[in-house]
Amino acid sequence: MARMTMIEALRSAMDVKLADDPSVIVFGEDVGYFGGVFRCTAGLQARYGEERVFDTPINESAIVGMAVGMAAQGMRPCVEIQFADYVFPAYDQITQEAARLRHRSNGQFTCPLVVRMPTGGGIFGGQTHSQSPEALFTHVAGLKVVIPSNPYDAKGLLIAAIEDPDPVIFLEPKRIYNGPFAGDPHGKSVPWSAHPAGEVPEGHYSVPLGTASVCREGSAVTVLAYGTMVHVAQATVDRMGVDAEIIDLRTLLPLDLDTIRASVEKTGRCVVIHEATRTSGFGAELIAEVQEACFWHLLAPILRVAGWDAPYPHAQEWDYFPGPDRIARALQQVMEA
Amino acid sequence: MADISITTKGAREASEDESGAMHTAGDITRIRLQFPHPPARPDQPADFSAITVPEAGILPVPPLDIEAGGCRDLALGMVRVLDDNNQPVGPWADYLGDLSADRLRQGLRDMLKMRAIDRRMLNAQRQGKTSFYLQCTGEEAIGCCFQRELSQGDMNFPTYRQQTLLVAADYPLEQMMGQLYSNALDPLKGRQLPIMHSARDYGFFSISGNLGTQYVQAVGWAMAAALTGTGKIAAGWIGDGATASNDFHSALLTASVYVPPVVLNVVNNQWAISTYTGIAAGKSETYAARALGYGIPAIRVDGNDYLAVMAVSRWAIARARQGQGPVLIEWFTYRAAAHSTSDDPSAYRPRDEARAWPLGDPVERLKAHLIARGDWSEERQVQAEAEILDEVNAVQKAVEAHGTFVDPQPISPAEIFLNVYADMPEHLRRQRQETGY
Repeated sequence: MARMTMIEALRSAMDVKLADDPSVIVFGEDVGYFGGVFRCTAGLQARYGEERVFDTPINESAIVGMAVGMAAQGMRPCVEIQFADYVFPAYDQITQEAARLRHRSNGQFTCPLVVRMPTGGGIFGGQTHSQSPEALFTHVAGLKVVIPSNPYDAKGLLIAAIEDPDPVIFLEPKRIYNGPFAGDPHGKSVPWSAHPAGEVPEGHYSVPLGTASVCREGSAVTVLAYGTMVHVAQATVDRMGVDAEIIDLRTLLPLDLDTIRASVEKTGRCVVIHEATRTSGFGAELIAEVQEACFWHLLAPILRVAGWDAPYPHAQEWDYFPGPDRIARALQQVMEA
Repeated sequence: MADISITTKGAREASEDESGAMHTAGDITRIRLQFPHPPARPDQPADFSAITVPEAGILPVPPLDIEAGGCRDLALGMVRVLDDNNQPVGPWADYLGDLSADRLRQGLRDMLKMRAIDRRMLNAQRQGKTSFYLQCTGEEAIGCCFQRELSQGDMNFPTYRQQTLLVAADYPLEQMMGQLYSNALDPLKGRQLPIMHSARDYGFFSISGNLGTQYVQAVGWAMAAALTGTGKIAAGWIGDGATASNDFHSALLTASVYVPPVVLNVVNNQWAISTYTGIAAGKSETYAARALGYGIPAIRVDGNDYLAVMAVSRWAIARARQGQGPVLIEWFTYRAAAHSTSDDPSAYRPRDEARAWPLGDPVERLKAHLIARGDWSEERQVQAEAEILDEVNAVQKAVEAHGTFVDPQPISPAEIFLNVYADMPEHLRRQRQETGY
């Protein structure tokens, strides 16, 4: 089987869909001739032509607005927002238009589009290249929100997202585009080729939306994470020797509550981790769901490890990032309760 | 006195006081900002003296492949076909050729029907039978005529004041009124505010209510039509107020970049709720002229002249269909009624302003033209108005039997949860169960 980075896996997903469905179309800033600032669409314009893969003006509202018009007619646009931090001009088109078109037209018009965007920190991007805005999309009825943590899932989820009949926000954790990240910025970088999830089939397959993955089984505590934090959590748990069960949520909306419930009922303890700011973050939703579903099984308060409620800093990135030490403290506190 | 500002000549500078003196403090000039004001407020007589109404028939018909640079006179002037004697004159009249009496009478009937619907539904709202309504009085010619020039499969991206498009598309009145009453006949199952129609089979895109968003979606639809080779076109609609929105500019930019088959309509009815058009226009001379900066040909048209609307619609639609690219049309008109049933225009503009509007009333003008042709009469007008009102009344009565706000027959709350997604996810299923449906 081929070894791919997450970038290559995402490109392969678009390649597969461009090849097997003429209604699929890919566009965004720098995605055409150049192939994207992160190279996710490299070579696709050369292969499929300018009518299928093209560059757009620097206008996110126009990118998504055009995609809404195309999707309403039956095309399947897969558009790129260069950084999740830049999505806000398109927020109106995503939340008020794409998300609601099926409902408000009673199914006369639908919006099968994918909005891809690199998310999260860890690359010294400062406050405009590091944010994690997932909760701003999980709060919107009509959207699906996906965030993969490895190349295999990235390709399978992106194919599922493109084939989905509804709008999908597809968040790509940019810190792990080229390899998993254990949370130590000074540690040795590991390429995806050295990781089992870097094995990616060449052809078509999909990972269904709305299903979480138990990426480490355990019985002492449940860790809920997604994207980059899945790897930071794994490394931390391994270092501590805690018998934790780690769930990679993969899709935040709709949430796979069954998998979460089964795990917390088994462990009785839960820690939620995300890079995004803490207050009103997706962790709050997770904790609310877990306590409602599993309250009588809980042995300790559920804790959150999240980004501080401050803009993402540049020089102090690793003081801001919810790294292994903070995760370890939370795990310890929950285990000792 | 407030500085009188623009519609055709650009806003007058507000940097001087009444005496014309500049204020200075030491060596620093006190710079005064411009705050455009309408020509008259409620306690003043209506005043449209700043609006230049060009003679009918003086502007040329450009070739379909005209570029923006050749459109300056068309964008700054105003295409008018009917002259003061209600006769069609000039190159645009020649472009239309001999029009059948039936076609013109159809236009008159469309507008009369629209006016009857507006009147009946306004009345229904006043009686509490629906929560909200919004008239298009004075603007009937634009949508009624444009729609008749489109083909099956073309798609409008309208605002909420283009119910004229539905009327001229022969959209069943039962569905239109069902939506307005949010009753069992509502094709949108009570989900949308009355007037926010959606009628795909009639070329009418789902209305948003967030102003301007549809304009760039029209560009996307037109791009998809080109990419998939359907031969269809899109028509975007926006009001003068919403030209201020981001997506107006997004649409012009992307239409300029990708050159899709789209007609971009700006209905300049002078008022955005209570806000005078100058607040959206600023120093721009016309809305049409804005398109020229994007390299998009543009034409300003007397929107109350049914024949001018027909001529320019036909030209623009032919241009788009032939693959010559986008065009922007500014329809110059006047919102004669309130913004909506929640609005009272007497609080911000003179009561008699509609009567003073220099371009007259579209129904009266087409009627006068038909009479001048010998194809209509005052008697037939009275008869037609009565017939149409009867027809609208009859449908209204039948639709009201399915429920109104006064006599509700509620739509199932289960409809809240349907069509949020193609397949209902588990969390929505649980919430639906919680409602008991």
